[in-house]
Amino acid sequence: MNMNHTQPLEYSTEQNKMNILGFWIFLGAEIMLFATLFTSYFVYENRTGNGPSGAEIFEITPVLFETIILLTSSFTIGLAIHAMRINRSKAMLVFLGVTLLLGAAFLGIEIYEFVHYYHVGATLQTSAFTAILLTTLGTHGAHVTFGLFWGLFILMQIKKRGLTAETANKSFIFSLYWHFLDVVWIFIFSFIYLKGMM
Amino acid sequence: MEFFERFAVPHPSPLIYASMVAIGLTVIAIMAGITYFKKWGYLWREWLTTVDHKKIGIMYIISALLMLFRGGADAVMMRLQTAVPENSFLDAQHYNEVFTTHGIVMIIFMAMAFIIGLMNFAVPLQIGARDVAFPRLNAISFWLYFAGAMLFNISFVIGGSPDAGWTNYYPLASNDFSTSVGVNYYNWALQISGIGTLMTGINFIVTILKMRAPGMKLMKMPMFTWSALITNIIIVFAFPVLTIALLMGTFDRQFATHFFTTGDGGMDMMWANLFWVWGHPEVYILILPAFGIYSEVISTFSRRNLYGYKSMVASMVIISLLSFFVWVHHFFTMGQDALTNSIFSVTTMAIAIPTGIKIFNWLLTMWKGKIEFTVPMLYSVAFIPLFTIGGVTGVMLGMASADYQYHNTMFLVAHFHNVIIPGVVFAMLAGLTYWWPKMFGFKLNERIGKWGFWNLTIGFCLAFFPMYITGLDGQARRMYTYSEATGFGPLNMLSFLGAGIMAIGFIFIVYNVYYSFRYAPRNVGDDPWNARSLEWATHNPVPEYNFAITPQVNSSQAFWDSKKHGHQLFNKDDLKEIHMPNNSGLPIIMAGLFFVFGFSFVFYIWPGVILSGIGILACMAYRSFEKDDGYHISIKEIKETEDKFGGAK
Repeated sequence: MNMNHTQPLEYSTEQNKMNILGFWIFLGAEIMLFATLFTSYFVYENRTGNGPSGAEIFEITPVLFETIILLTSSFTIGLAIHAMRINRSKAMLVFLGVTLLLGAAFLGIEIYEFVHYYHVGATLQTSAFTAILLTTLGTHGAHVTFGLFWGLFILMQIKKRGLTAETANKSFIFSLYWHFLDVVWIFIFSFIYLKGMM
Repeated sequence: MEFFERFAVPHPSPLIYASMVAIGLTVIAIMAGITYFKKWGYLWREWLTTVDHKKIGIMYIISALLMLFRGGADAVMMRLQTAVPENSFLDAQHYNEVFTTHGIVMIIFMAMAFIIGLMNFAVPLQIGARDVAFPRLNAISFWLYFAGAMLFNISFVIGGSPDAGWTNYYPLASNDFSTSVGVNYYNWALQISGIGTLMTGINFIVTILKMRAPGMKLMKMPMFTWSALITNIIIVFAFPVLTIALLMGTFDRQFATHFFTTGDGGMDMMWANLFWVWGHPEVYILILPAFGIYSEVISTFSRRNLYGYKSMVASMVIISLLSFFVWVHHFFTMGQDALTNSIFSVTTMAIAIPTGIKIFNWLLTMWKGKIEFTVPMLYSVAFIPLFTIGGVTGVMLGMASADYQYHNTMFLVAHFHNVIIPGVVFAMLAGLTYWWPKMFGFKLNERIGKWGFWNLTIGFCLAFFPMYITGLDGQARRMYTYSEATGFGPLNMLSFLGAGIMAIGFIFIVYNVYYSFRYAPRNVGDDPWNARSLEWATHNPVPEYNFAITPQVNSSQAFWDSKKHGHQLFNKDDLKEIHMPNNSGLPIIMAGLFFVFGFSFVFYIWPGVILSGIGILACMAYRSFEKDDGYHISIKEIKETEDKFGGAK
């Protein structure tokens, strides 16, 4: 394997560079995926049928907590990558672990939120609005859930194999994914919750 | 009992029972054959677990030819049913199922697979690469496509085929109007193969951007590689839209949501919009690689370099951008205001400009060239006038006000077959014949190939030109029959005859494979067509590592330059150890689990969904922890292989 030591570990081999570029392109596809969901959301936003509207069911407190927690996790994954760059694998593992815990907390609140929607009569079947709301949130939540397992696997691999070109590459790509989910959440927060409550 | 009733075909007929028996017998025969000849081990090691882009390409092409047969059989059945007025060969429901599956099989499982197969085979060779960027992912792409195709095809005998047209418009596709599980099959088969296609898109963009031979700048890539790059960019941006649309359709049908219903806030036009936001770029995903193949073939057999290289690239980029802004032209009559229709009318007609530029470039490439009419060249030459007719009728359809006359008539059917058959299918056959010697080391027989070509072309004209006339006279598409008083009878009979001649053409093509496999001379050399790009610079058939030495490139036709202008392609001192990826059984296992997942979901078998879902995630987890560094081929081994092929390149 040709190693290039003038570049960070995650970019040090040709395959690593291609993995990162490939993942950026994948994120491009993900942007289209969420763009389709958002477009559909805007179309269905006021088509509530006999069901409740956004203003009637949204609760600001859990959403604020979700936002703060997810934004913080985006910060901690950034710290983890920084620790990785200066080759502090212990610190990196701690920050990665904190990120995953925050992700789990976010998911817990989101589950609470979904239960709340169910109790106020906003289920998947209620109206086109509730269907697209829960589908958009659910798609984001499914991504976070997937990320939790993925991050956990990477954490275990670093613990076992240390920081190698391969594990550094995986961690960096995971951090791109995690930041992306955060960006999507900012859109959800602004254009679904804030717009809905105004 | 209700649970088991779902698996029964809703409208059984002797035809369906016969196909059940035929499918069963074929499967048993294939299994028995492989066991008898003790080929399971060979099949597993060399093909089912392969990550080699050449073998994956060949598997795509074999699957595509099988699907061409399936979709072609559908086509002949439709033409037979409408050959005479008030025919009763198929009833309305069967006819609906047949035209639906014909469309999906031909577009998604035949044409897509065929172009991706040719891209897989040719693109890494054209850019002088060892493989694609992510060989394992490539295998997953293929097997997901295959799982989707198989899932779609068993709908015919288990549970019933989708029957709402390949466009699957709601509310027709909803549970109220499409009561069998057919549309569930549609949703899951397309979803699974669509994931595979998306990953192919990512894989090839990275391959083309990162793995080109030294000296091959973007503007020095062969035209087919350019078309592949642009196509894959369209794939990455178009397919996620389909993913969401199919997800919403699945929710509507299987979880009673209200996305596309007419009550509780749902909106059926939302499906039409989302479908065509994906569907129109999809058309260009099919045609751009075809343009790439024609560019290669015309330039090779005119013995001239491609005229207007830069304008060829620019026009493809413009087409790819415009392709995302024309989707409304598929439903001008469905209730937008005049301004919206006008805008989409203008964008639609604008596409004719870059396409026209390409047509002139091909003509000027042939101008004063020493044209050699081989089979691939015949397809390319026939493509130009026939595709132009299809394009002109496309502009007619693009005029929003006039479209009120053409919409949903046979005129439309004639138009899109007129662009897809001479455009895409001819290109695939031209490309297959052109690259065949590189794949298998011998040429397809020219004489039989020409018989196939003439039958296909004459059959095509006979089958589809009459539809323009009946369409303008008002014959609606997708009608399973018509009365004698309409006067459509004779022209429809002509169409049926044309379809028959096309079927004969297909038989010639298949027979040609058999004949050439047995009798064609094997000593055709590495460059049987006297071609221009890098794939012809390596051995025939290609060794697993493609190029022993990475080639040096100086222009868009480096191989031609090395033959005619003394350009040195291979520097003998560059011989190094080659790193190769390991084979893996994981892709086919994962795709098998996806198949079970899709099938269980179609029939609401939740334990199956949960177990196969866990299985899929377990495969991904296994992959995450797997250590797979590939293996190395030593210089000694490379030299031995090269000597066997007649000296190092």
